[in-house]
Amino acid sequence: MDPGDLFDNHDYVAPARYVRPYTITAGRTRSKVDLPMEATLRRRPGGFHPDLNPAALRVLATCDARSVAEVSALVSMPIGVVRVLLGDLVEQGIVHVEATITESSSKDERIDLIERTLRGLRTY
Amino acid sequence: MDYAPTSATRRAASTKIVVAGGFGVGKTTLVGSVSEIVPLRTEALVTNESEGVDDLDAVPTKATTTVAMDFGRLTLAEDLVLYLFGTPGQRRFWFMWDDLCLGAIGAIVLVDTNRLDDSFSPLDYFESKGLPFIVAVNEFDGTQRYSLEEVANALALPPHVPIISVDARDRASVKQALVRVTEYALERLIQPLSVNAN
Ligand SMILES: Nc1nc2c(ncn2[C@@H]2O[C@H](COP(=O)(O)OP(=O)(O)OP(=O)(O)O)[C@@H](O)[C@H]2O)c(=O)[nH]1
Ligand SMILES: [Mg+2]
Repeated sequence: MDPGDLFDNHDYVAPARYVRPYTITAGRTRSKVDLPMEATLRRRPGGFHPDLNPAALRVLATCDARSVAEVSALVSMPIGVVRVLLGDLVEQGIVHVEATITESSSKDERIDLIERTLRGLRTY
Repeated sequence: MDYAPTSATRRAASTKIVVAGGFGVGKTTLVGSVSEIVPLRTEALVTNESEGVDDLDAVPTKATTTVAMDFGRLTLAEDLVLYLFGTPGQRRFWFMWDDLCLGAIGAIVLVDTNRLDDSFSPLDYFESKGLPFIVAVNEFDGTQRYSLEEVANALALPPHVPIISVDARDRASVKQALVRVTEYALERLIQPLSVNAN
């Protein structure tokens, strides 16, 4: 079912506080793309995107070299909404997500990242 | 040659450490002491006391409120950024912690000795999830000082959990706490605890 159908049904009255934030994502509350709060986004070079809605354009304009959490704070949208919008931009190849520790990270990858963090903190 | 084989595969990355503790214990102050940006605030939608809307597909009939989280950023190298997330300790915020703690290096449980009860919930949570954590006692001025051993006993901390004191307003002190939790996370990874080895 298209999640947008929910909002075309006139018998259905959703509470305003729910509808407002997720209207801009056509009712979707999840993204297929894994976007941890600390993940850094990079805008890929080039291209105008006249097809994007205003909320997505704001997210796109804000996201380069920033984390998912920072984008959420700077555009004043809840983290879940920003994830859906960013997920779309990633799927469309407009935005790229940099590395974080994930469930699939190997022990060596984790150790490497934690050691780098430790070195950085000691000289911070 | 004289370059390490790993350097070719080394990628820009970001990571995070979680700062948990009761209301007013100094989480935002701690984050602000080391962050290169004024701590920012992000919000997650909550449907009721225990569930996040972000974790459910569509629950439009439930009322929603928001939960706020403060965070700061530390650029540790040109290809490495560390985020610090300060999060409320109450059990009803646990739904958010799963999201927050996934991929975290570890956690600092910030403790006010006048309100030790507030720390039980985050301690239980991190223990149950196996996320490495340390306890940091925020030394408010004028607070009666207990020894760290007394606090550890009062919290029934397992002996392997590091406990330190911290001044959340002091950059060097907070930096020390971050180093400690990161060292501890590394120790745990290299030498995991043999939990119930039977
Ligand atoms: N004297 C003293 N005051 C502190 C210290 N740490 C925090 N405070 C003060 O305690 C109050 C609460 O600190 P916050 O950093 O806002 O605490 P918090 O844990 O983020 O609070 P919530 O987000 O509301 O749960 C503020 O007025 C701080 O200035 C400290 O080490 N010493
Ligand atoms: Mg705070």
